Amino acid sequence: MRLEYFQLIDRIVELRLADRTIRTAAQVPAESTIFEGHFPGFPLMPGVLLIEAMAQTSGWLLIAVTKFTRMPFFAAVKEAKLRSFVTPGQQLALSATLLHEGSGFAVTRAEICSNERPICNAEMTFRLVEFPNPEFRANMEKMAAMLEFPAGALADA
Amino acid sequence: MTDQASTTSTFDTVANIISETCDIPRDNIKPESHAINDLGIDSLDFLDIAFAIDKAFGIKMPLEQWTQEVNDGKATTDQYFQLDNLCTRIDELVAAKGA
Repeated sequence: MRLEYFQLIDRIVELRLADRTIRTAAQVPAESTIFEGHFPGFPLMPGVLLIEAMAQTSGWLLIAVTKFTRMPFFAAVKEAKLRSFVTPGQQLALSATLLHEGSGFAVTRAEICSNERPICNAEMTFRLVEFPNPEFRANMEKMAAMLEFPAGALADA
Repeated sequence: MTDQASTTSTFDTVANIISETCDIPRDNIKPESHAINDLGIDSLDFLDIAFAIDKAFGIKMPLEQWTQEVNDGKATTDQYFQLDNLCTRIDELVAAKGA
């Protein structure tokens, strides 16, 4: 994670387009100014950032499903459950499944586990729109490469 | 099933979805109601409705195409978002799926 850049996942572990699922990994940084406020003497990863991590995991799945023709923008979260505390340095295993690809929107179910214990889960809705401009798309492609996005999987699908 | 019965059934399903999704009293939802202008449904709530309708009827409503047609002046919002017209579109999509 690079919290200062709002990058909440470290890499894409597995993309299974046939099953419409994705797995990603992230390690919570050992130190961050966020933990100075949340909370002094008892540092915890904020739940809203865990939700964002699930949204980013879902987002890469949707970019893959739409073969980089649409940018997913987070629109709604439902039934979010924050089940366990997450502390600095903790390793997270994230996953998302596509529940429905509509016209201009999609719905996923996402979850985070750590050491096989459930951390949180939610149902998430995204608007799917054309990339606003070529620079935006180029930056997303650069980010995809950083996250080890399996571009070859799109060609095979 | 007659065409009328089919349309009525579609309307009941759609009206129940709208009522539950947007917390609008079921009795306020009429076939002539316009989802946006009369019922005040915004685009985000309509995504929830579209998700539920797609699931209920096993279809994919072409919302992007409809929106484009409205933006291009080729269609009015009444044609797609007045509920009786919306139900007709849904019936057409269901029929096309089974064809």
